[in-house]
Amino acid sequence: MQINDLLNALPGAVGQGLIWGVMAIGVFITFKVLDIADLTVDGSIATGGATCIMLLRAGMPVWAAMLGALIAGLAAGLITGLLHTFMGIPALLAGILTQFALWSVNLRILGGSNQSISVDKFPLLVSSRYIMQAIGVVAVFVVAIIAILYWFFGTALGCGIRATGANPDMSRAQGINVDANKIIGLMLSNGLVALSGGLLSQYQGFADVKMGIGSIVIGLAAVIIGEVVFSRIFRNFALRLLSVVLGAIIYYVVLQLIFWFGIDSDYLKLLTAIIVAIFLAIPYWKGKYWNKPARKGNTKNA
Amino acid sequence: MLELKQVYKTFHAGTVNEKRAIDGLDLTLEDGDFVTVIGGNGAGKSTTLNLIAGVFPVDEGTIKLNGIDLTNLPEHKRAKFLGRVFQDPMRGTAATMGIEENLALAYRRGKPRGLGHGITNEERKLYREKLATLGLGLENRMTSKVGLLSGGQRQALTLLMATLQKPDLLLLDEHTAALDPKTADKVLQLTEEIVARDHLTTLMVTHNMKHAIRYGNRLIMMDAGRVVVDIRGEEKKNLSVRDLLEKFNIENDRMLLSE
Repeated sequence: MQINDLLNALPGAVGQGLIWGVMAIGVFITFKVLDIADLTVDGSIATGGATCIMLLRAGMPVWAAMLGALIAGLAAGLITGLLHTFMGIPALLAGILTQFALWSVNLRILGGSNQSISVDKFPLLVSSRYIMQAIGVVAVFVVAIIAILYWFFGTALGCGIRATGANPDMSRAQGINVDANKIIGLMLSNGLVALSGGLLSQYQGFADVKMGIGSIVIGLAAVIIGEVVFSRIFRNFALRLLSVVLGAIIYYVVLQLIFWFGIDSDYLKLLTAIIVAIFLAIPYWKGKYWNKPARKGNTKNA
Repeated sequence: MLELKQVYKTFHAGTVNEKRAIDGLDLTLEDGDFVTVIGGNGAGKSTTLNLIAGVFPVDEGTIKLNGIDLTNLPEHKRAKFLGRVFQDPMRGTAATMGIEENLALAYRRGKPRGLGHGITNEERKLYREKLATLGLGLENRMTSKVGLLSGGQRQALTLLMATLQKPDLLLLDEHTAALDPKTADKVLQLTEEIVARDHLTTLMVTHNMKHAIRYGNRLIMMDAGRVVVDIRGEEKKNLSVRDLLEKFNIENDRMLLSE
């Protein structure tokens, strides 16, 4: 239990947190803006990673590989969107179906279950070998994404998407094409998730067909931690997006702490699930138990 | 002008719950008509409004508004021509968005929504003026989330949203039923002012016979998915609740109670 071990691990945690923060912004768009729990992301993050690595290995420049990952993610979101709106499948199931199908797609893209890429041979944007540089690059990425999304959700189209999530009945009554907006939101979300997958696979030096398993839970954890910690001070939409990224960083830092305490990493998913469940329950409990007026004559114990 | 011709709608067709909600409905509204609609539960009042708005399609028949055939248009495309206020105050506004944002959404009804500004400073001025006409002080709370407003305030705001872009037809589906009597009167008074000011063609469903008589220039009563009574002009002006009750022998508890 050397404190130096923890300190040495912190930059890596921040780097990972930032990359997953991009993914978590994608989850924020579906979960918070559109009010849909989209499970496509477990597949689309690997699709993004796989596409990015294979394009790089084929000799494409890194920007083109990232663009490829983005497009692959947009396509994954489009499929889920069409399953949900055009085919009338509940959003949760639509996401599961796409995620399931993407497993095969990802295997085909990778030509196997995983592919590695060396930072020595390819011009990667980020690598865990140069963590400080990676943090800088991804931070710029995050700021740019937040700026673009802040602008986008302030446009007439973006406002329509927010309204679609807030109140579909009202949206239709105001002439908003709810189905189209859901598709755009799902595409945008999965595009960001795939970008995050592209960054992640470069950072870790490989893409793996299993890299996305459970990522929705990490994304949700980031969204919820960010909200619980920062919702009182961050009201503005851009700051709310930032809080999601900070939530992802907190998640990875806490994870490092847990490892540092010597807790078996086998418990990682169990602990994450417990944390997410508790934080999801907090607003419900608040509404149910904490808002009741104190009974008269019982205020001392209330 | 609104024209419904031989409209039929059956819910849960082919099951034990089969219910013929609208049964050969014919209804024509002239421009500027303010029509109040009464009838018992299940008479087809709300269903009629929902069919006009396109919430679900008709089984048979046609719906035309100012010569445009709405019958097969999806709901969001019909919205261009329609202003709507629902019974549930929560349904007409987006709770997690600001007052001005809600108005901006309504201001763009029937217009393409692209990458232009979601709201402009000029619009804010317009909204402030419009909100002031409600007399609720909302003009000083433009960025407040709508979820913080009371039911009455939300209905007044929804009414303003429905009429911000002048609709060809205003559909009010028991829009004061969920409010306390005093607030209901206020919202109805606003409704009358706005309808008169903009000469809006209006269909207002209500369970309150007094309201049905007091407001509008024409009253229709529905039963079993058709119009069974249609009173207008002088006859409507001289109508009393007693007349309605005696004449048409209404056997509906809710209407009697709310009288």
